[in-house]
Amino acid sequence: MQTVDLQETGLRALNKMLHAQSETTNQTAWEILNPKGAHAIACGLNAPIEVTVKGSTGYYCAGMNQHATVNIHGSAGPGTAENMMSGTVVIEGDASQYAGATGHGGLLVIKGNASSRCGISMKGIDIVVHGNIGHMSAFMAQSGNLVVCGDAGDALGDSCYEARLFVRGTVKSLGADCERKEMRPEHLEILQDLLTRAGSDAKPEEFTRYGSARNLYTFDVDNAAAY
Amino acid sequence: MCGIVGLFLKDKALEPKLGEMLTAMLITMTDRGPDSAGIAIYGGERAGRTKIVVQSDTPDLAFAGLDAKIGEVVGGRVTMSVKSTHAILDLPTGTTAKVRAALAGFEGAIRLMSRGDSLEIYKEVGLPRDVAARFDLAQMSGTHGIGHTRMATESAVTTMGAHPFNTGDDQCLVHNGSLSNHNSLRRKLRRDGIHIETENDTEVAAAYLTWQMQNGLTLGDALERSLDDLDGFFTFVVGTKDGFGVVRDPIACKPAVMAETDQFVAFGSEYRALVDLPGIENAHVWEPEPATVYFWSHSQAPTRTEKAA
Repeated sequence: MQTVDLQETGLRALNKMLHAQSETTNQTAWEILNPKGAHAIACGLNAPIEVTVKGSTGYYCAGMNQHATVNIHGSAGPGTAENMMSGTVVIEGDASQYAGATGHGGLLVIKGNASSRCGISMKGIDIVVHGNIGHMSAFMAQSGNLVVCGDAGDALGDSCYEARLFVRGTVKSLGADCERKEMRPEHLEILQDLLTRAGSDAKPEEFTRYGSARNLYTFDVDNAAAY
Repeated sequence: MCGIVGLFLKDKALEPKLGEMLTAMLITMTDRGPDSAGIAIYGGERAGRTKIVVQSDTPDLAFAGLDAKIGEVVGGRVTMSVKSTHAILDLPTGTTAKVRAALAGFEGAIRLMSRGDSLEIYKEVGLPRDVAARFDLAQMSGTHGIGHTRMATESAVTTMGAHPFNTGDDQCLVHNGSLSNHNSLRRKLRRDGIHIETENDTEVAAAYLTWQMQNGLTLGDALERSLDDLDGFFTFVVGTKDGFGVVRDPIACKPAVMAETDQFVAFGSEYRALVDLPGIENAHVWEPEPATVYFWSHSQAPTRTEKAA
């Protein structure tokens, strides 16, 4: 286990050390002390290492992650795991706005609540939130799965494409072109797998699926006057 | 950007350290606003007395004998203490309007920073660290205070464009964001006789609150109404004699983090601003909901739930 005190080492030196790890590194376990809400901790990782941050983080923690597992033992600031490509990010506390935004792959688990714009423009990432999510979540979501064990805020899935949205609790309102969908066996299977991997004992049958009504996909001449 | 910090003390034992804690929080928010900084601090209220804080770019000229001149205007005892470009004038209750009118006739382009029984506002152009040192903010005690670090977007970097803005007796406003309808709203408010000095968007928001309160609304109701009438991005923190309030626009893209313990309620644009507060590890930390007005007050038991002022 490599232990780094962020206040002593500094952010750039820490991220440089983490970036230096290769696919075959022996230093696979890292612990970061005293994060104190700093920005961009463990950003841009590209090796199968496990980084545990002991405390709360600021903007963009674990952004652009590839292969690594990042555990945040606290709450996370805006843009956590933004544009993640692969790997796993687990937040023990709450996440601020746009968690997992534009993510292409990997799994983001938020054990507390997520704020607004969770999974905005997601492009293949899987996000599991144990608590609630805020407004405008999954806005323009293109693919991947967003699982919410609690409630969703206003305008869920506004202008979304082919992402699957699963909500166990209530949805305050659906965004434009987002609708309730039928839950088929293959969806229950996907959901069970994600819940298991995210450490949630919620039952897939308790969820409702939402997705694109596909009315905004193509130009409709009746809307010409609106442009 | 811009950074906001706020601290409301529940534990009286922390009052002598209010300035020190707020200053540290303010300096942490330098990255969000290196252009200018300001702080509103509440404390030192005395029966029969009130105070104003004034500013001049030529303090030697403006503040020479100012206490005596104002003493003549009010016909009573006036004491003054000068801190860099600012002077705090301690006046008999009920004389503020008379003094304010008289200031325009004095030399040194004296400008009013704040008025109230317990409020003092200090603000200047420069790095938060330098502004804090200039006014020795770290030595100040008080019951609660708010601070702001500015990254200017809508108007020039000047003292009068710095936050907090005084909105009424013992009331002030700081803002992170930018308003898009401030020009039309400024014209409307000026037509209604509201004094607005600069081209700054936040000054318009402050004047808007003043105007609504002059028309009989409470601060809480004025903030509720601002959600309909102000167009743009905002996280506002308002200071009152008893505490502070927070409201974010419905989109809520400007960040806000709150922390509460048995000793304090704190606001920060980022969690970073709160990390050195005592007992933060075990604090209840959360983000205020969009389009919701929150208040914490010394006159009522503080709660985590929203309530109107």
